[in-house]
Amino acid sequence: MQTTSALPRMASVPQRFSWHVYVIGLGLILALYWFFPGNTLIMTRIAIMAIFVMSLDLLTGYAGLATLGHAALYGAGAYAAGLCAKFLTGDPLIGLAAAAGAGALLALISGAFLVRYQGLAFLMLTIAVVEIMHNLASKMQHITGGDDGLSGFAIDPLFGRFEFDIFGVTGYWYSAIALFLCYVVLRRIMSSPFGLCCEGIRENRDRMSANGTRIYPQLLKLYVLSGAFAGIAGGLSAQITQVVGLDSMGFTLSAEALVMLVLGGAGNLVGAILGTALFTGIHHFAATANPFHWLFVIGGLLMLVVFLPRGFVQAALKRLARRVADLAGRSA
Amino acid sequence: MPQLSNILIDGVVYGMVLFIISVGLSVTMGLMRFINLSHGAFAMAGGYVAALLIREQGWPFGAGVALAVLFTMTLAAVLETFVFRHLYKKSELQQVLFTIGFTFACIATANLLAGAYIQTLPLPEWMQGSVALGARTLPKQRVVVVAAGALVVLLLWLLVARTRFGIWLRASVDNAGMSSSLGINIRLVQCATFAIGAGLAALGGVLGAELMPLEPFYPLKYLVLMLVVVTVGGLGSISGTLCAALFLGIVDTASRYLASDFGNLFFYAAMILLLAIRPHGILRR
Repeated sequence: MQTTSALPRMASVPQRFSWHVYVIGLGLILALYWFFPGNTLIMTRIAIMAIFVMSLDLLTGYAGLATLGHAALYGAGAYAAGLCAKFLTGDPLIGLAAAAGAGALLALISGAFLVRYQGLAFLMLTIAVVEIMHNLASKMQHITGGDDGLSGFAIDPLFGRFEFDIFGVTGYWYSAIALFLCYVVLRRIMSSPFGLCCEGIRENRDRMSANGTRIYPQLLKLYVLSGAFAGIAGGLSAQITQVVGLDSMGFTLSAEALVMLVLGGAGNLVGAILGTALFTGIHHFAATANPFHWLFVIGGLLMLVVFLPRGFVQAALKRLARRVADLAGRSA
Repeated sequence: MPQLSNILIDGVVYGMVLFIISVGLSVTMGLMRFINLSHGAFAMAGGYVAALLIREQGWPFGAGVALAVLFTMTLAAVLETFVFRHLYKKSELQQVLFTIGFTFACIATANLLAGAYIQTLPLPEWMQGSVALGARTLPKQRVVVVAAGALVVLLLWLLVARTRFGIWLRASVDNAGMSSSLGINIRLVQCATFAIGAGLAALGGVLGAELMPLEPFYPLKYLVLMLVVVTVGGLGSISGTLCAALFLGIVDTASRYLASDFGNLFFYAAMILLLAIRPHGILRR
């Protein structure tokens, strides 16, 4: 990666987090738990989906590969975690490792074929992969449970101490801390020369290859990385809900994740988390009224987002935060 | 060999329906570089209007279908002029998002106006029953679908190969900027192509109502199917779309007859195979 190390941007890229960020992250997790004690289930859902959307962001946001088949990797992780708990061991961390491995393995196999293509052909091939995996999962009923879903496995207490309870307290802490760690790791990776190289491929493929970057291995590496994190998200979902449905490998889930990503702003890990929270929040309130109202809301939002400038939600939030900070400064 | 002929006949009927619905999408994607995921909504609109006119108002079948197609074409022309035109310059992802959002809104509207039921289209007398064709009999409805498909192919070929509009269209698909500077009214070509494509989708929606039931989620349910046909056929290629539609229609029907418990696995496997060999379309090298 000699080619990218000369970029002037390297100097401004944050290399490592100071301890402040860890304190703030943990503080945020605690604060959310403190202020919304009745909403742990939906916050857990947001944390899991945020990991999934971040992994999608690596492909769509950083490398510019729009995919509608990302749920295949999520589903692979979910089934791996479920099967690991059913047949091997109930330990959640080993299950999570198995989930990440399964996601990465499927990403390696499918990615070796997929990342040769780009644009519409890539998009359609990813749809084909997720549909084939969906049909295979449905067909192999004796392993995956088919339409009924995979269930009847138990997860041991986390670290041998924290039991997964019906109020979702352990689940919340488990998924929120996993989200935080995934964010830290992914941010570090994507601000490395490798991450910058992926952004370069998004901006101009021909120029990057003229620079001496070998496109195919870089993209395959990114695809496997993305698959590992998508697998972690799927594994978390399987362990916390203790059931794996056929829809966790569906086309709909992939499309929803893409919508979440674009709502928050692609190419930016914080955007992925914000978009997930926004989408899940709106879904929660609009869909309880009437599922078809929800379609009006999300349809309108999507049409709006195209004509708003990129990263609008984040800019608006920043402006709001600055105003609040101003207010606090004045009163002090 | 009755099973083989069954597969072939049903596959061709299915392929014809796929072709009529998707050909408009293929041309708009080739001409305007516009990924229109709301194409299925026009097929649904045509089917709903036809159902309303024929079932509720008691119109004759032919007149109802013709008016439904005309209505959809007008609707598409208006939408293209005021909304979709502004998306041609946006990125692929933004086009995908806008048109998916539009599709969601259409689903919600269809549910609001007509309810969440399947809309049935009563067949007229002359389409009921079956005809004897040599040693076997065929439902008349299928014969009509295949005939309509062949007619659409013929008319499209005449339009594209033999008329001035066809020359404009082919020139614009090859190089929009150059055609525009040669004095071709490219806006007219774009708008007319979009409207004709939507009209064909409406026709396909009506003719295929037996195979693909009309309900609010119609545009989303068959979206992937249309996209597969268009991508495999090659963007902007009418003959490619026909080949892809017939081939995939036969593959899907065969897998339904012979290995139904695998779902549409073989359909997608065929698609992967074709796209891997010919990523730019089945008839293009």
